[in-house]
Amino acid sequence: MPKTKLKYFNEMSVTFSAVSENEAFARAVAASFISELDPLVSELAEIKTAVSEAVTNCIVHAYRNIPNGSITMLIRLLPDRRVYIKIRDKGCGISNVAQAMEPLFTTAPEEERAGLGFAVMKSFTDRLTVKSSVGKGTALVMEKTLQERLEREDNGSSEANSSAKSRRKPRSGTPMRQ
Amino acid sequence: MVVFSLKKHTLTAALNGEIDHHSAMQMRTEIDRAVRETPVSLLILDFSRVTFMDSSGIGLVMGRYKLMSELGGEVAIADPPAYIAKVMRLSGLDRLCRTVSIAKPLDLTEVTNNAENKA
Ligand SMILES: Nc1ncnc2c1ncn2[C@@H]1O[C@H](COP(=O)(O)OP(=O)(O)OP(=O)(O)O)[C@@H](O)[C@H]1O
Ligand SMILES: [Mg+2]
Repeated sequence: MPKTKLKYFNEMSVTFSAVSENEAFARAVAASFISELDPLVSELAEIKTAVSEAVTNCIVHAYRNIPNGSITMLIRLLPDRRVYIKIRDKGCGISNVAQAMEPLFTTAPEEERAGLGFAVMKSFTDRLTVKSSVGKGTALVMEKTLQERLEREDNGSSEANSSAKSRRKPRSGTPMRQ
Repeated sequence: MVVFSLKKHTLTAALNGEIDHHSAMQMRTEIDRAVRETPVSLLILDFSRVTFMDSSGIGLVMGRYKLMSELGGEVAIADPPAYIAKVMRLSGLDRLCRTVSIAKPLDLTEVTNNAENKA
């Protein structure tokens, strides 16, 4: 692997139609892919919520007047338990991203949108970046580092200088004998 | 998706499963129909059986808050799981509606589930 490229352990990408049925689908796919890292229940809930916000925005806003839209979600599991999620649409785009990201700002109040999607994504991930161009679409990247899970001591040997790598061993589902 | 119970002028709407943009539309229709059918002064939205919620749920509560205000009543939120309470705090919803507990003896399984979520 070339050293200059971003290193990752696992990657997946899925493209699906911009219909509201797929909001639950996208959450389930993200949760299932990330489960390899054995996240906490709360971390999983936060990631599912952030993904749901991003995908819903594509469906509700990006393709508002555009039929047959599609959404692409790419997830990478990076070193040190970092999760990288990119969600992209080819919809209408956002003319003023800073304003759109302000809490309570919404262009669809009549549909009972609260204007809190970006605020939720921000608070449930470590980093949120939005790139958008009007008429072309929006790409949104969220990154989150999952907490280390130390409760499982491999082989019971000293963990003093264990690296992140040692925790990346595949886990068997069965608990070790005492 | 929504189970209703009416006691005097208090209507309890127990929401079930996942609340997102897709499911919120139907929940909204069901709740609004029930509210308009009988005189209701307090609408309790029971969140104890909700397993997922994004900002669409915030919109759902805010919309019902508006409707009940128009009708001269109020809205309360009952027993949200810890993680959903977090989304509500983020939105300031907890300052708009009070949170109540209506743990019923019937719902023993539900209580166990909540305890698990918090652990
Ligand atoms: N993918 C997108 N394409 C076009 N516009 C978008 C996109 N995502 C967000 N927006 C714009 O940014 C605004 C704010 O988005 P945000 O998710 O914070 O709130 P909302 O979707 O309006 O309400 P809520 O998410 O609380 O239901 C939206 O109202 C919309 O105008
Ligand atoms: Mg949104």
